[in-house]
Amino acid sequence: MEENKIKNRHVYWNPYFGGFLIGLLIIVTFYITGRGVGASGALKSGVVTIVNTVAPTHAENNAYYSKFIKDGESPMNNWLVFQAVGILLGAFLSGALAGRLKLRVQHSPKITSRRRLIFALVGGILFGLGAQIARGCTSGAALSGMAVLATGGFITMIAIFGTGYLVAYFFRKNWI
Amino acid sequence: MGPLIPNELIPLEWNFIIAILIGIAFGYILEASGFSSSRKLTGVFYGYDFAVLKVFFTAAIVAVIGLYYLDYLNIIDISQLYIQPTYLWAAIIGGVIMGVGFLAGGFCPGTSLCAVAIGKIDGIVFVIGLMIGVFIFSESFSLIEPLVTSSNLGHITLSESLGVPSYWLILIITIIAIIAFAFSDWVRSKVKKVFY
Repeated sequence: MEENKIKNRHVYWNPYFGGFLIGLLIIVTFYITGRGVGASGALKSGVVTIVNTVAPTHAENNAYYSKFIKDGESPMNNWLVFQAVGILLGAFLSGALAGRLKLRVQHSPKITSRRRLIFALVGGILFGLGAQIARGCTSGAALSGMAVLATGGFITMIAIFGTGYLVAYFFRKNWI
Repeated sequence: MGPLIPNELIPLEWNFIIAILIGIAFGYILEASGFSSSRKLTGVFYGYDFAVLKVFFTAAIVAVIGLYYLDYLNIIDISQLYIQPTYLWAAIIGGVIMGVGFLAGGFCPGTSLCAVAIGKIDGIVFVIGLMIGVFIFSESFSLIEPLVTSSNLGHITLSESLGVPSYWLILIITIIAIIAFAFSDWVRSKVKKVFY
C-alpha cells in the first residue's frame, strides 16, 4: 500500500474500465426501467420521511414535501431509495475487498480535520440545495441526462464542472 | 422491446430487487474507481488526477452510443425513455451551486454514499449536509418556486435544441471526449504530483 502510494501506481481501477462498466450499467438500467440512475433522490426521500414523522401537519402544508407524501405509503418505499441502499452495499463490498474500510477523515496535510469537516458540511448543504433546484445531481441529471441527450443534462453538467474550475482557486488549500 | 418495466415485460414486484442490484453494481464500480476519495475526485480541478473526467465521459459516451444503437436495432424504444424536462435557469443556477458545493465538500451525492460505506467521516458529514440542503430548499420552496418552475423547455433533447441529428451530436461528443482525454494526460504530465 505504502509502496503503491510512493510510486503512484494504480490502486484503483483503470478509469476507462470503470467508466465503460458504468456506461453499460446505465444502458441496462434504461433498458429495464426506462429511467437512469440517481443518488440525491434517496436523500430527499429521507428528509421527507423525517419531517413527516416529526411534524406531519407541517409536511402536509408544505408545497414541496406534500408532493412526495401519499396516504398509507412511506416515502422511503421508493425506487431510488432501494438503489441508494444498493450503492452503500456495493461500495462497502468493493472497499472491503480492497482493504479500504477504515473510520477516518481524509484531508490535505495542509489543513486540519476540523476544517475539512466544516467544509464538507457546507459543501453538502450547497450540493443538496443545488440538486433540488436543478432536479437532480451529477448522477441523475448530468450523467443519466447525457445518456439520452437531454438538453438539461448537458447544461447541468457544464454548470457544475464550469463553476468547479472557476472557484477551484479559492479552495486550493483544501486539496493540493 | 425495451424498456421492460414500462412495457410490463417484467412484473412490477421485481422493481425494488432490480433497484438494489443496480445500486450494488453502481456503488461497487464507483468505489473501485476511487470515487470514495474526495482528494481523487477534486484532482480533476487541479490537474493532478483526471479520473472524474475519464470515468464520467467514458460512461456517458458508452451509454449514449449503446442506447441509440439499441434503438436502431429495435431492441429498445428510445422515445419511451425518461428525458428529464429542461428548466433552463434552474439547471444553470442549480448546477452553479452544485459546482461550489463540489469544491467545498469534495463529493457529489453518489460518491459521498460510497465514502460513507467505507467509513469516511468527511463523507458522513457531507451526507448530513446534503439532507440539511434539501431541508432548506423545502422550507423555502415558496420563495424558490418561481426560479425552479420558470423557463420550462419541456422534455427536449440536444438534437431538438440545436436542430442537429442525434448521430452527428454523438459523434461530435465522442471526438470532444477523446481530445479531452488526450489533453488531460498532457496536463497531468505538466502538473506537480499530489499524493493522497
